[in-house]
Amino acid sequence: MMHLTRHPIEVDALLAEVQGPERGGTCLFVGTVRNDADITGIDYSAYEAMAFAEIERILSDANAQWPEARVTLQHRLGLIPVGEASIAIAAAAPHRDEAFAACRFVIEEVKKGLPVWKKELSANGSASWVEK
Amino acid sequence: MGKVSVRFFARYAELAGCTWSAVNVDTPATVAEVIARVREVFPGTQALPPRPLAALNQRQVHLDARVSDGDEVALLPPLSGG
Repeated sequence: MMHLTRHPIEVDALLAEVQGPERGGTCLFVGTVRNDADITGIDYSAYEAMAFAEIERILSDANAQWPEARVTLQHRLGLIPVGEASIAIAAAAPHRDEAFAACRFVIEEVKKGLPVWKKELSANGSASWVEK
Repeated sequence: MGKVSVRFFARYAELAGCTWSAVNVDTPATVAEVIARVREVFPGTQALPPRPLAALNQRQVHLDARVSDGDEVALLPPLSGG
């Protein structure tokens, strides 16, 4: 699984990576670009070498906390139009509690620590960095 | 004296006017000292916050982390992944 991609995210591939006959619960999170204000899209960029390492750490931590779960994620970079996915996380486990928990853990860790930045593009041609 | 690579991203790259460079500092030095040198070399980076997020060799560190010759320091704007 290429955790960083410049192509549209293919959810089926993520699901295929984590699902299995012994894992009865699958949780899928898909983050998409919202149409806030007059935004037409978001340009995502990353410190890719560090992002790869950070993604591996997050997934490893998830596996340590939920050993029976399988989790994966894909983050898209480049210009993403409104409505398209910027990130997808799939988590599968024998039971739903672990699947939900692992999935939630991963998105929260991504939000906290992944070296990725967003530049919002507006219909009037302006662009501004998101810095919360 | 050591040579430290410096990476800039997002808004900080716009302020610096580049995405990658290198600065000479007396090593060992701290990340904070490298950033101080960066502010001298790249005047646009004087607009960076007083204590920006930083990574040393691809791991986020505190500004008192020690830097050696050949290391890579990255200045990270507030993260907005996901």
